[in-house]
Formats: sequence, structure tokens, C-alpha cells
Amino acid sequence: MTAMPVRALAQSGRLFGLGLDVVKATFRRPFQVRELIQQAWFIASVTILPTALVAIPFGAVIALQLGSLTRQLGAQSFTGAASVLAVIREASPIVTALLVAGAGGSAICADLGSRKIREEIDAMQVLGVDPIQRLVVPRVLAAMLVAVLLNGLVSVVGVGGGYFFNVVLQGGTPGAYLASFSALAQLPDLWAGEIKALVFGAIAAIVAAYKGLNAGGGPKGVGDAVNQSVVVTFLLLFFTNFVLTAIYFQLVPAKGA
Amino acid sequence: MRVEGLTKSFGRQVIWSDVTLTLPPGEISVLLGPSGTGKSVFLKSLVGLLTPERGSIVVRDVDLVTCGEKQMYEIRKLYGVLFQDGALFGSMTIFDNIAFPLREHTRKSENEIRDIVTEKMEMVGLSGAESKLPGEISGGMRKRAGLARALVLEPEIVLFDEPDSGLDPVRVAYLNQLIVDLNARTDATFLIVTHDIGTARTVPDNLGLLFRRELVMFGPREQLLTSTDPVVEQFLNGRREGPIGMAEEKDAAQVEAELASLNEDDGRPEGASGPSGAPGGGVPPQLEPSDDVPPRRAVDRRQARVREMLHTLPEAAQEAIRASLDEPGRTGAAGPAGSGPDRDGSDPGAQGDGAGRGEADRGADRGDGGQGDAGRGDADRGARRDPGRGDAGRGDAGRGDADRGDAGRGDADRDGGGGR
Repeated sequence: MTAMPVRALAQSGRLFGLGLDVVKATFRRPFQVRELIQQAWFIASVTILPTALVAIPFGAVIALQLGSLTRQLGAQSFTGAASVLAVIREASPIVTALLVAGAGGSAICADLGSRKIREEIDAMQVLGVDPIQRLVVPRVLAAMLVAVLLNGLVSVVGVGGGYFFNVVLQGGTPGAYLASFSALAQLPDLWAGEIKALVFGAIAAIVAAYKGLNAGGGPKGVGDAVNQSVVVTFLLLFFTNFVLTAIYFQLVPAKGA
Repeated sequence: MRVEGLTKSFGRQVIWSDVTLTLPPGEISVLLGPSGTGKSVFLKSLVGLLTPERGSIVVRDVDLVTCGEKQMYEIRKLYGVLFQDGALFGSMTIFDNIAFPLREHTRKSENEIRDIVTEKMEMVGLSGAESKLPGEISGGMRKRAGLARALVLEPEIVLFDEPDSGLDPVRVAYLNQLIVDLNARTDATFLIVTHDIGTARTVPDNLGLLFRRELVMFGPREQLLTSTDPVVEQFLNGRREGPIGMAEEKDAAQVEAELASLNEDDGRPEGASGPSGAPGGGVPPQLEPSDDVPPRRAVDRRQARVREMLHTLPEAAQEAIRASLDEPGRTGAAGPAGSGPDRDGSDPGAQGDGAGRGEADRGADRGDGGQGDAGRGDADRGARRDPGRGDAGRGDAGRGDADRGDAGRGDADRDGGGGR
């Protein structure tokens, strides 16, 4: 038996290799437009509703926390500013990523995994069709697209939820909440959030595809693959999020600093 | 297509090593082997899905083991592969499945595609199932749909992974006929991986046997069918006595004891039949294409090739080949299929013997009986195929057993499944 760290490294290497293959295959003709549209529609349909439902309480929790914090500090007029900042910079990409990985990624992994154990992937290769180009690329692009769009949705719904809780339930002033929007947040925050969502979508789909294409050992293998793909994706997402955030603070100076 | 010194292992477990064979163009070859000897792995290596550790697979002067991905995809367009369960795309209808290779690789219009797909579906007898999903049809239909998909690009090499597993004997007979007809029509090179002896005895031009991590033998059908190699003999006769055990192998002492008792047993000529009247030796006539199909072009090529290598083969094989070469067509009256029913007659006696010798368990063993019956079923089929033979009376007698034959075959199948 090969030593544990060596195997883990080999897995990482193969995962990265698949990522490179996907990038390479993206630019190879013919491009699978139909599959891309189908997959984008599919991923959107399984993620939109849960994302919106998660985003509302998420925005609310942030608003609640900030509301009491700002009151203690006597900075109530900045509640809106802080909650927008938190939602757009961090909460929104993370919620998007969790949903794309949990709902979209697990579906991709289960789909590819069951195709793998039914020998469909083998059959496709033997028919001279590259499954990465035909199946994986459209899924990765679809996940990236949907993640970016979902990120916008979560931002809007999250800010809306924050507004509702702050103004209606905590008795904040609507004018102060809205007026302070741009006190701390700036446009690059939104760009950063969208870029994060894009990267998270790609990671979620590539990990799901990798686990799905390497599923083995019958139906149980597919279940295991889905399980692993979700766990691995979450680990990678939070790590990537940390790195991206660190880079962002180096590149973009905070407003008024 | 040439395979040389091919070796494949998973981790430290060697699947098979040093496999060398050449698939003669246009001929039908069958690769036999007990369950779990890596037949499917071999097939997957041939199409480049698995990479062997050593050796080479040369198709059209390209070595699949070392060539790049691009070349691999080009070579794969020459292949048609029938997977064990058809491996149809579950999300597409049967029609779309069969049209898939055409849509991916050709610039044909939808009308042309429709014509070709309809033709192929008729050929495998699936007309009317176009709009069904693979989950909605039976295993046999899936297999035939998989075959239609494999053939739709007019491949030069067609590989079959157990085309007969999970099918009833009648469907197996039809499928075998279909394979021979296809070969006659397309002149493509066929390789069938199976463990069905009936198929192995009647369909191929060449036979090979994988066992104990190596290719035991590969050559013209006569060479294996007349072989006295213990493994080959045991497998082709479906006996328990021999080197092949339930769990892959037996130890040498036990094998020797069994073979010795087998030879002493009843003074019957060695290889003529097993203790339970298994199909026995002899070279049954090969399946011929149906009447409305042109003759197989491979036959002449094969005769020339076999004549050339005749001196390298063992005595018995040489004789059988000479007999088949002299024989004009299949009218040879003394076809061993005719002797099938004969052996039928002596069968109950043999079993009685067994019981008398106090080896009742062996005689009464269901698996044995089953395989004997299966053999009888085969002979029966052979007889039916050839209405000109005038064995009507015997043929009928044979058919009376058909029920039992089927049941026996079912048993044999299930036994095989258990072994896996």
C-alpha cells in the first residue's frame, strides 16, 4: 500500500489535472451549447429557491447582530453600511458557493457517477467522444454562470432581508439605513464578490466532476462519491475564500483609508 | 490488429501477463475464459480505456499503449464496442442513442441519420422502440440497441463483451446468427469475449482461452476444439474435473487425481465426453450466414492463412482442418451435430453408472446434469438450423428434451453467476 500522504497528493494532482483538461477542452470545437444551456437551466432550477430562502435569514442574522452591536457603540447610522458590506463581500459568495456545491455539485456528481458505473462514460470514449469536452466543460461553465447570477440574487435578497429586519423589526430609520449604503461599501466589493462566486462555481463543478468520473464499486460508490465531493468542495471553498479575501485586501484599499 | 507481450496489473495483482495474439482481418475470434480472468479488462485495454503496463497493441501501425490522446480518439472511430449491458445513455431515447455517433462524428443531415438509424434498428429487430428510454426496455433489447449503436459508424473492428450473458438460448442463437451475418456483410474484424461454450464452438474462426493470468492458447478453432490441453478441454466441455476450480484454481495433486479417475472411469475414449455426457470433443460445423446475406469474404482468406500455418499445429487439429478444407460448404453429412442426439441416448445409462459406482453425488449433481442438458440443447439447435439433414425423427426426440435443456442452461448460467 502506498503511504497516505502520497495518495492524497496523487488525488490532488489528478484533480488539478482535470481542471487543466477542462480549461483546454473549453477552447476545443465543437462547443456544446445545447448541453451548456440545459445544464445551466438545471443547476439554476435546483439552486434558485433554496438560495433565496437561505439568503433571507442570513441577511436577517447579520442585521440583528449588527443592530445590537452598533447600538452599543452608538453608531446606529452605520448599520446599513456594515450590513451591506458583510452581505456583499462575504455572505453572498459563501451562500452561493454552499448552494452551488450542495445542490448543483451533488447533482453533477451523482449524474456523472451513475453514468460512470453504467459504463456510459466508457462507451462515450470508445465512440470517440471526449467526456470532458462533451459533459464536464458544459457543466463547469454552467455552474460558473449560475454561481455569478446567484451571487447577484443573494446580494439583493440578503440586503433586502437586512433592511426588513433592521427597519421593521428593530425600529431603525429607513433613511439612515439607505443613506449609509455607500459609506463603507464600494463598487470593487461587488466585483470581488462576483469573482469569488465565479471561482467557487468552477471549483464546485470540477470537484463534482472529478469525483463522479472516478466513482467505482457500484451504486454505493456513487453515494460515496457524492458525499466526498460535497465535503471536499466545502473544504476547498473556505480555503479559497480566505486566500481570495487576503488578496483582495492587498489589491483594493478600504474606503476612506 | 496485433497484440504483443501485453501485461496488465492492478496494484500488485497481475491480471494477465505476456498476452500475444493477432486478430486476422475480417475473421471472427472468440476469447474464452472462466469468470474473473480479466476478459473484460483485456477488452478495455484493446480500446485504450485501461493502459497496460507492458507490451503493445498495434492497430493500423499505431501503438495504442504509447500513442497520444488525439491519435487514440482517431483510432477509436474504427471501433465498435458492445458493452455487457449495452451501456446506452440513460437520458436519451433509443433512437438518439443510436444516432449519437452519427451526430458527433459526421455532418449528415437529420434525414440521412434517420434513414441509417432506422436501417440498423431493423437489422437488430428493434423497429418500433425508437422513442423508448433504455430504462423502459428489456436487457436483451438494450444489448441489441447497443449493438446497433456500435455498428452505426461502419466500424472496422467490432468488440463484443459477453453478448450472450443474460439472454435466453433462443436469443443467443439469433444473436450468434446476427453476428455471423454482420461479419459477412461488413467484412469487419470481430472479437467476442464470452464464457458461453455454445457460442465458442459454433461462431468463431479463431478461439483463445485466458486462464491463470495468461493466454493459454490462441489459434484456429480446430486447434482448440481438438486440443488435449487439460484447461482447454475442461472449459470447452464444461466439466468440473480439471485445473479450473470454483475459486479460480485447484491444487495440482487434486487435478491429477481427478483427471486420472476421469480417464479410468469407464474406458470411454478420452475427450469423447465427460461423465455426464457433456458436449465432448469433435469440431461442430461453423454457423453460416443466412441465405439472403453474401458469403463471408473472410472464409477464403482464412483458408489460405490456415493452410500456411498447418504444419505448426498439433496432429489432431491438422486433421480437423483438412477435413473442413476438403468439405465443400457445410453439406458434410457426418457433422458432429448429428451425433448429439446419439449421445443423448446413452446419457441416462452413463448417469446410472455413476450412481452404481457409489459416486452418486457426482452423477446426480445438478450443475453437471444441467450442463449436459445445455449441450444437448446446442446439438438440438444445430440440427434445427439444418433442415436438409433428414434427421427428423431424432431431431424431434431431441426437441422433446428442449424444456429440460432450457432449465439446465438456466442452472448453468446461474452457476456461472455464482462463480463470479
